[in-house]
Amino acid sequence: MLWDALSLQLGYNATLVAIGATLLGVSAGVTGTFLFLRKRALVSDAISHATLPGVCLAFMVLVALGGDGRNLPGLLAGSAISAWVGLLCMNWLTRHTRLAEDAAIGAVLSVFFGFGIVLLTVIQTMGVGRQAGLEGFLLGSTAGMLWADALIIAIGGAATLLLVVLIRRPMTMVAFDPDYAAARGLPVHRIDLAMMGLVMAVTVVGLKIVGLILIVALLIIPPVTARFWSERSDRVVLLAGLAGGLAGYVGAAFSASAPNLPTGPIIVLVSFVFFALSLFFAPVRGVLAAVLRHLQFQQRVHIRQGLLALAQDQKIYEPLTLRLLRRAGLVRADGVATDPGKARAAKALRDEKRWEVVRSDQAHEATAALYDGLRDIDTVLTQDQIAEIDRRIGGPQEVPS
Amino acid sequence: MLDLVADQGAKVAAQGLVASPLAIRGLTVSYGQKPAVFSVDMTVQPGAMTAIIGPNGAGKSTLLKAALGIVSPLSGQVSVFGRPLEKQRARIAYVPQRASVDWDFPTRVIDVILMGLSRELGLLRRVRARHVSYAKECLKRVGMQDFADRQIGQLSGGQQQRVFLARALAQDADLYLLDEPFAGVDAATEKAIIEVLKSLKEAGKTVVVVHHDLATVTDYFDHVFLINTRKVAEGTVAEAFTAETLQSAYGGRLATAQIDQISRALG
Repeated sequence: MLWDALSLQLGYNATLVAIGATLLGVSAGVTGTFLFLRKRALVSDAISHATLPGVCLAFMVLVALGGDGRNLPGLLAGSAISAWVGLLCMNWLTRHTRLAEDAAIGAVLSVFFGFGIVLLTVIQTMGVGRQAGLEGFLLGSTAGMLWADALIIAIGGAATLLLVVLIRRPMTMVAFDPDYAAARGLPVHRIDLAMMGLVMAVTVVGLKIVGLILIVALLIIPPVTARFWSERSDRVVLLAGLAGGLAGYVGAAFSASAPNLPTGPIIVLVSFVFFALSLFFAPVRGVLAAVLRHLQFQQRVHIRQGLLALAQDQKIYEPLTLRLLRRAGLVRADGVATDPGKARAAKALRDEKRWEVVRSDQAHEATAALYDGLRDIDTVLTQDQIAEIDRRIGGPQEVPS
Repeated sequence: MLDLVADQGAKVAAQGLVASPLAIRGLTVSYGQKPAVFSVDMTVQPGAMTAIIGPNGAGKSTLLKAALGIVSPLSGQVSVFGRPLEKQRARIAYVPQRASVDWDFPTRVIDVILMGLSRELGLLRRVRARHVSYAKECLKRVGMQDFADRQIGQLSGGQQQRVFLARALAQDADLYLLDEPFAGVDAATEKAIIEVLKSLKEAGKTVVVVHHDLATVTDYFDHVFLINTRKVAEGTVAEAFTAETLQSAYGGRLATAQIDQISRALG
């Protein structure tokens, strides 16, 4: 069943939804990355909640004009207008009052959403009869998706992507270093507005599939997931698009494979699975990699400390140190150093003295910066330099290797 | 006497003999109700290295940011090489404070330098091999050629500062404005930076630096601009960097011993 869904063989509606969700996922992931890099991810939450009053008002206007209240382009236009108003309110609050952005987000989000819910209740009591479906914009509803709806999503998503590609450089520059961007003459404020306008477009386009409450997940989770895998912003953008698109596709297919599975929330959950996998298993930034790096570092510290203790004939009490030294064949089971152990210990002690010289000498400043208590000095200095340092230390010149 | 020096600079600029690389008139910038910079005039001498000096919170960085249009002033005019700022953007290179950006941003050193070429690259032009090799040349000038492919988060403070300087070099500007480039950097970096700045001066460029270390002023700079919200003094180091001007800029914040030391150094 799931395979049928993944290969788009579950019928017309399921196929439309899957294609729409994929496109939405790609454009949300790509657009959201810039918001994430600009550290304004939560702005999308305020924007999305601010769409609700617009949807309701548009419905009322459409009905009052004697039309069909469920006309999707009309409702989306309404949602875009009210989201834009919410965005401007938020911008005004942050720029012209002492409110910080998080407070402005909270204020706009709750007030607009509250107003929207009031309007929703009013519509229900209006007795228009055909209001069913407006609630669908909260969490998305794909059951009755039409070809025209899918087309709107496709066109909207593609247009957003195109615009993102067009202004990706200024957006990246503003996200990394807004002061420098301003000094170069970039209109920072307008670029920010454009970025948030694009986020708004994605939100509006995604209302039908994921709904306004959960769209924020599609804008934020894919970029955060992608960040685990790359240290280059352009690649983070691509990977976020990939993660978002894949989540949209798999989520839509999954929800179509069983009755009564809500599409939007499933897409969000699939996207969370990608996030969780990245969080743990990403090669450099992942949790697992960090733990392994820490353990490795700990082992190096223990071995170094153990060697220094051996060289100075001190007793080693730490069980982990003994175990590591034994495993490396540097001490016998009774804690006495083996021949290679003695040699390594003598060298470690010698290196320590050499480092002391290096760190107290201004001429070796760049090298001294590399000191971490673990590094072998011959990895950072030439043999000639080491010989020169040894001459200064005096004492036995022969260092067993 | 000090006003006279400044006036002469202004007159020279006004007569158009040499348009000052950066001329500021009556500049006031305020965050809220308290002016950070109040009615400041400044005339930067072409081809000179000028230090902007003053105590913490004296408006040094704000002056620079207002000169660049990063913060909008309440009043005042800025002209760059005798023309309005907006028309001269391409001739100015700015090095912001290192701490002003997030160094965990996903980008490599070379990408940061390429931002200096943003005018040439525009919105869509491809980054070509010649752009990359030019960016690497700029890195070489600050001794960072081996770091091109590193993630910026792996750099030390001094290396970060040199990357910022290399990005400014990539712009090939005529006026360089640097905000505290020596703050919290190692001695090797400080030496590398000052060498680059001196080479810029030799090439006829104008350099303005927000500077905090009074001990190095006489070694590094030939002009100073002392500020404490208002302009305190402006001129050559010999004229404007004296025990009196320092006393009036720093008030009680500077120990007498420090001032004595500086006046002795000045002879």
